[in-house]
Amino acid sequence: MTLKTLTRAGLAALAGAAAAALLAEPTLAQTAPAAAAAPDIAVNKGDNAWMMTATVLVLLMTIPGLALFYAGLVRPKNALSVLTHVFYTVCIVTVIWVIYGYSLAFTGGSAFIGGFDKLFLKGVTAESKAATFSVGVNITEYVYICFQMTFAAITPALIVGAFAERMKFSAVAIFIPLWVTLIYFPIAHMVWYWAGPDAIDAAAKAVAAAGDDAAKKAAQTKLDEVLADAGQVFLWGAIDFAGGTVVHINSGIAGLVGALVVGKRTGYGKDLMPPHSLVMTMIGASLLWVGWFGFNAGSNLEAVGGAPLAMINSFVATAAAALSWMFAEWITKGKPSLLGALSGCVAGLVAVTPASGFAGPMGALVLGLIAGAVCLFFVSTIKNMFGYDDALDVFGIHCIGGIVGAILTGVLVAPALGGTGIMDYTTGKIADYDFVTQVWAQIKAVVMTLLWSGIGSFIIYKVVDYTVGLRPAIDQEREGLDLTDHGERAYNM
Amino acid sequence: MKIVMAIIKPFKLDEVRDALTAAGVHGMTVTEVKGYGRQKGHTEIYRGTEYAVNFLPKIKIEVAVPSEQADKVVEAITAAAKTGQIGDGKIFVFDIDHAVRIRTGETDAAAL
Repeated sequence: MTLKTLTRAGLAALAGAAAAALLAEPTLAQTAPAAAAAPDIAVNKGDNAWMMTATVLVLLMTIPGLALFYAGLVRPKNALSVLTHVFYTVCIVTVIWVIYGYSLAFTGGSAFIGGFDKLFLKGVTAESKAATFSVGVNITEYVYICFQMTFAAITPALIVGAFAERMKFSAVAIFIPLWVTLIYFPIAHMVWYWAGPDAIDAAAKAVAAAGDDAAKKAAQTKLDEVLADAGQVFLWGAIDFAGGTVVHINSGIAGLVGALVVGKRTGYGKDLMPPHSLVMTMIGASLLWVGWFGFNAGSNLEAVGGAPLAMINSFVATAAAALSWMFAEWITKGKPSLLGALSGCVAGLVAVTPASGFAGPMGALVLGLIAGAVCLFFVSTIKNMFGYDDALDVFGIHCIGGIVGAILTGVLVAPALGGTGIMDYTTGKIADYDFVTQVWAQIKAVVMTLLWSGIGSFIIYKVVDYTVGLRPAIDQEREGLDLTDHGERAYNM
Repeated sequence: MKIVMAIIKPFKLDEVRDALTAAGVHGMTVTEVKGYGRQKGHTEIYRGTEYAVNFLPKIKIEVAVPSEQADKVVEAITAAAKTGQIGDGKIFVFDIDHAVRIRTGETDAAAL
């Protein structure tokens, strides 16, 4: 295999040019020469403006949305530590992303991970463009980089809830960069990386335009290369609009593994550990809901098409799930709780995440009703049955909600159920829907995520444990991580 | 001189304060406390976890009075704080060895 250097002329050229061909060895990429130049696609200002807004909304989800949601659920002596874990995560992932994260996730390499073509954002300029899901529609690549960066940041931030109140900051500080590099970037690549609609459309048109048999064969080979330039899960045909697998199942299972490896909080089951401020949690959950419109609707990468659909789905599924949890709790436990409503709301958002641009609104409604009840079952009955201390229910809400959403996305995308169907860019038409094929692809995506993240996270936790150690000393844990890790109090009253 | 310390239900604070003022007591110290006697607590449920909360919020009032007024003050508090339900609270009376008004230096009876 020889490595050829290819001068990147920006993503507009990339959209028309062939990306690196996929080969068996993940570390070597043979780059193909640029195909016939594609027309220079202008960036739509409306789409760009929406995506910049969506990006900022997703940042809002994490800080302060998730930060406050989590902080309110822990005891006062640990509230600041949770805020710090989340804030630190945003900062460290931002830096890593622009250095090598974006390159590993969203350039060609193998089916499992990208390459270093855009290390330090090499070749990316203010004029560079990124493809969307529509042929001939581009956004500015910097905006795409930032948008994806916020996803890379919130995913590990979600995990910290599972081991809250008993993991040292030094352990978190090392865990996050390792995890995002070895787990998030590969899964993001596997699920979301593809050559883009412009490249596929151009290659397909070249096949149609080819004159003689030899030309047609060459053009077809080219098209096959372009189609094969994608992540493994994408190649399986699994669909995940905004990150049910990449973000939620991924962080959820990593959280469960972390909670098990680090062990229960000292005094769990005996000491009183109720949420110290459900007011704060409600503020956080509300900011999450508002910000999630950037997460889901922004994942369409343009302001039309799937974006308005994702918007309405993010209202409907969320409300349905909040009510479903609330009423299920009312019936089974005797009182409807605010925490239940907020948890149901988040569960609904999680479940609709992979489906948001694919399901119809009524499908989203049903999805929400199911997700609320199923997640309640997991955070109460299942958690108590097995006795694990997933402090802030990262597994019960994000992993389980993500699994429900990911699999039902395969059902609800069906046009017969009001779904959008899946676009085939080689023909420019919606592909035929097959229930078994699609749901099977979704299941494979779920299992791949669970295995890669579950096993990989376990290894990373163990490595961190053997180096700096995960848990604080018991008396430090009792005193509170705010003081012992950070020398601060959340409250000085 | 006596300290009269009363543990009462929080919502009774205003009534007790008015009763004490009517009884001639013009100063007091109030603390928010938790406790229980025969009144049982309640259960709180957060997601799947149930917490048995045994300590109930109460208010502790402490007033310093001349010994001859102590009984009258105890009666006033009792009448104002009573609801007839379990958890109404208790009153304790302590001896004071010495009292000082910080601003003027007055001691004992003059300090109350």
